[in-house]
Amino acid sequence: MVEVIVFVIFALAALAGSLVMVTARSPVYSAMGLLTAMFSMAVFYVMNGAHFVAAVQVLIYAGAVMTLFLFVIMLIGVDRAVDRDETIPLQRPIVLALGTGLLFLIVIAARAAWVTGRASGVCTVDCVGTIENISSELFTAWLLPFEATVLLLTIAAVGTVAMAQFVLRPRTEGMSREDAG
Amino acid sequence: MIPLLAQASGDLSVEPHWYMALAAVLFTIGAAGLLLRRNALVMFMSIELMLNSVNLTFVAADSGIGSLEGQISVLFVMVVAAAEVTVGLAIIVAVFRKRATASVDELSGLRG
Repeated sequence: MVEVIVFVIFALAALAGSLVMVTARSPVYSAMGLLTAMFSMAVFYVMNGAHFVAAVQVLIYAGAVMTLFLFVIMLIGVDRAVDRDETIPLQRPIVLALGTGLLFLIVIAARAAWVTGRASGVCTVDCVGTIENISSELFTAWLLPFEATVLLLTIAAVGTVAMAQFVLRPRTEGMSREDAG
Repeated sequence: MIPLLAQASGDLSVEPHWYMALAAVLFTIGAAGLLLRRNALVMFMSIELMLNSVNLTFVAADSGIGSLEGQISVLFVMVVAAAEVTVGLAIIVAVFRKRATASVDELSGLRG
């Protein structure tokens, strides 16, 4: 019964956070709403026995990714909040209809059986996602994808640094061209 | 909802499909936010919400069938999301330096 109460509380928190994220005028409020949703997800992971994933969720998502988001929001400037004027006619009703349709589609697709399939038999002792269980699986059967993520992250870091350097050069060229013309 | 009502008389416990239904709603909110908002940062946050809700279905399915592979998939999704956020925010900052806006409506040219 306690589990149900915790689920209801954090489900409401996740829904409220995500709705605030979509509707808030300021990007900082949006970031705070997303943060609420992400913390609620971490609670759900703990309730499902995914302890390591919950820790990673708090560290990476709520910690690093949201900090990066807030950093960029502050860098770009909060006061220049983009107006929510409709430039496309009937955009909001169409989005509402599409969203409702998508939700019904998901529910219809999943209603026959929410969870199907069977266990692959990887966890013989217990299926709690502790660091031991996750790592013994990750570093044996999933070693090659794990190494591939190293390559992906390196490429992302190099690309980000390259993009930060790229921007200045075309800008000065463009300015000199405008000055000449 | 029907299993929920059926269990209401007896011992009520959280089933995996509750998480799945919640994740479906959150995914829909994220998709609607992606279509609704013009601020590139908020659109990125909507994508993050969609990725998170899919992670929730992975973990819930894991506890439903008694497996660990969903949780490992969640870790990989998180890595890809982190890489995506890094590059995407760098693009947003680069666009902002050029155009002084974060609205996707203002971006109408291929040439920088």
